[in-house]
Amino acid sequence: MTEILVLVDHVDGATRKPTFELLTLARRLGEPSAVFLGSGSEQAKDSLAAYGAEKVYVADDPAFGDYLVAPKAEALAQLVGSASPSAVLIASSTDGKEIAGRLAIKIESGLITDAVDVVAGPDGGPQTTQSVFAGNHTVIASVTKGTPIITVKANAVSPEEAAGAASVETLTVSVSDAAKTARVVERKERQATGRPELTEAAIVVSGGRGTGGDFGPIEALADALGAAVGASRAVVDSGWYPHSYQVGQTGKTVSPQLYLAAGISGAIQHRAGMQTSKTIVAVNKDEEAPIFELVDFGVVGDLHKVLPQAADEVNKRKG
Amino acid sequence: MKIVVCVKHVPDAAADRTFDDSDHTVDRTGVDGLLSELDEYAVEQALTIAEAGDGEVTVLSVGPEQASDAIRKALQMGADKGVHVSDDAIHGTDAVATSLVLAQAIGKLDYDIVLCGMASTDGEMGVVPAMLAERLGVAQVTLGSELTVEGTTVRIRRDGDVSTETVEASTPAVVSVTDQTPEARYPSFKGIMAAKKKPVETWTLADIDVAPDQVGLSAAWSAVSATQVRPPRTKGEIVTDEGDGGAKLVEFLATQKFV
Repeated sequence: MTEILVLVDHVDGATRKPTFELLTLARRLGEPSAVFLGSGSEQAKDSLAAYGAEKVYVADDPAFGDYLVAPKAEALAQLVGSASPSAVLIASSTDGKEIAGRLAIKIESGLITDAVDVVAGPDGGPQTTQSVFAGNHTVIASVTKGTPIITVKANAVSPEEAAGAASVETLTVSVSDAAKTARVVERKERQATGRPELTEAAIVVSGGRGTGGDFGPIEALADALGAAVGASRAVVDSGWYPHSYQVGQTGKTVSPQLYLAAGISGAIQHRAGMQTSKTIVAVNKDEEAPIFELVDFGVVGDLHKVLPQAADEVNKRKG
Repeated sequence: MKIVVCVKHVPDAAADRTFDDSDHTVDRTGVDGLLSELDEYAVEQALTIAEAGDGEVTVLSVGPEQASDAIRKALQMGADKGVHVSDDAIHGTDAVATSLVLAQAIGKLDYDIVLCGMASTDGEMGVVPAMLAERLGVAQVTLGSELTVEGTTVRIRRDGDVSTETVEASTPAVVSVTDQTPEARYPSFKGIMAAKKKPVETWTLADIDVAPDQVGLSAAWSAVSATQVRPPRTKGEIVTDEGDGGAKLVEFLATQKFV
């Protein structure tokens, strides 16, 4: 069976959910092998096995943490050279896409980014679906040269468990001096909020200009629903909420089961980040707001009244 | 300090962007184009760095004839000169070959820093800066939400998915900046007039030693088999809050099994 490499997205061994989605997609194409770069592989191994990794390639080198992107791309290129996989799947994260870009040049292979679905195409190789132009168009594509490299957006698929052997193979990689030029001199982990990660969440409650800077009602409803909190660009630009929560063309693209937009007018830049959500709900004072063109359900009203009532109602129903 | 800013002329995101039916490439003629909004941030950073020292800013764009509009805009903002790589063979070029064309063109220029936007607003891959660093063999200092240059040291704040990093490198480097860096300036009247006299060179692929069969649709390492317009979402029920808006909202969520 053909081998599909999946680059593990992790924080010191804590595997992030998109990795399990990649393993699930990889099983459609062949036999998944996880590639774990960095320290903490012992901690990750069981969960990688649970989602079907037959092999776990492990390489650790201080350069993976000390320098930006390039060392990981080098290690991956070396593994592709020795293992000759049929495809490489990488999460569409900040680092993931750049690793994929460098890998494509190194191994002279085609690259497709931000796939929202991956299936086995007519020739057995990966065929991807992408959502482009602010989510208004869908593109079906495949790689025509080399080893297909695909980066996949979070929530492309629901992770499905399937036992894999996860036999560990330790790799010896050499990181060149050329890959050690951009030093990470400081790294601050973002403070845990206790809420799901924005791009991974099944439900997202987002606030816009209509919040007037008060995110209390947004956070309260998010917590009642077990949701992540998002924000529009206007909110981020005003300094009301951190940039890492921005949903939109230049922020995060989310595709949750439910997206609730409160006080967000729905400019195209925002739509680009949420238009592919399964169900969309909006609360806005302005009945003319373009967001209402997208919604499955909308409330014309003041979010400061509607959201607290909704949060109370959700909490009541949960008992 | 010599800075090369890479800019792209893109179809206006506010217009009805579409694909050419015959070859699935982005329709660049039926829709008004402009300097990619995200590249304006890179131009702004380049100008800021140049103004702080004795800097020179060259604007580089690869694209059809109308891409010269993007170069002109950057010159109006204050860049010193422009290079436009234009060749019929470039139509349909993918990101991999775009990075080749850019790298070859940059190779003909003197530079300490290559500055890029975080992504184009049409293709939106966001991988060209990393590819460029790989091809040029220089430091990749990308996705900076804050950029400082001191002497030959380039430093950015990079907001990753789980952490915020400070990344540092010595020039030469490929740097990309996000829309969290300061808003781009508007061209002044003086700037608009001055831009008319600024030099813009037009280069063909032959000028930068790229063979026509290394670029274009036929040389792309990936292929699009279909493009579809996403069916418009059907507008659902809209209610007006009469004191029970929150309750109604939750009723809807309950029917969809979210509660």
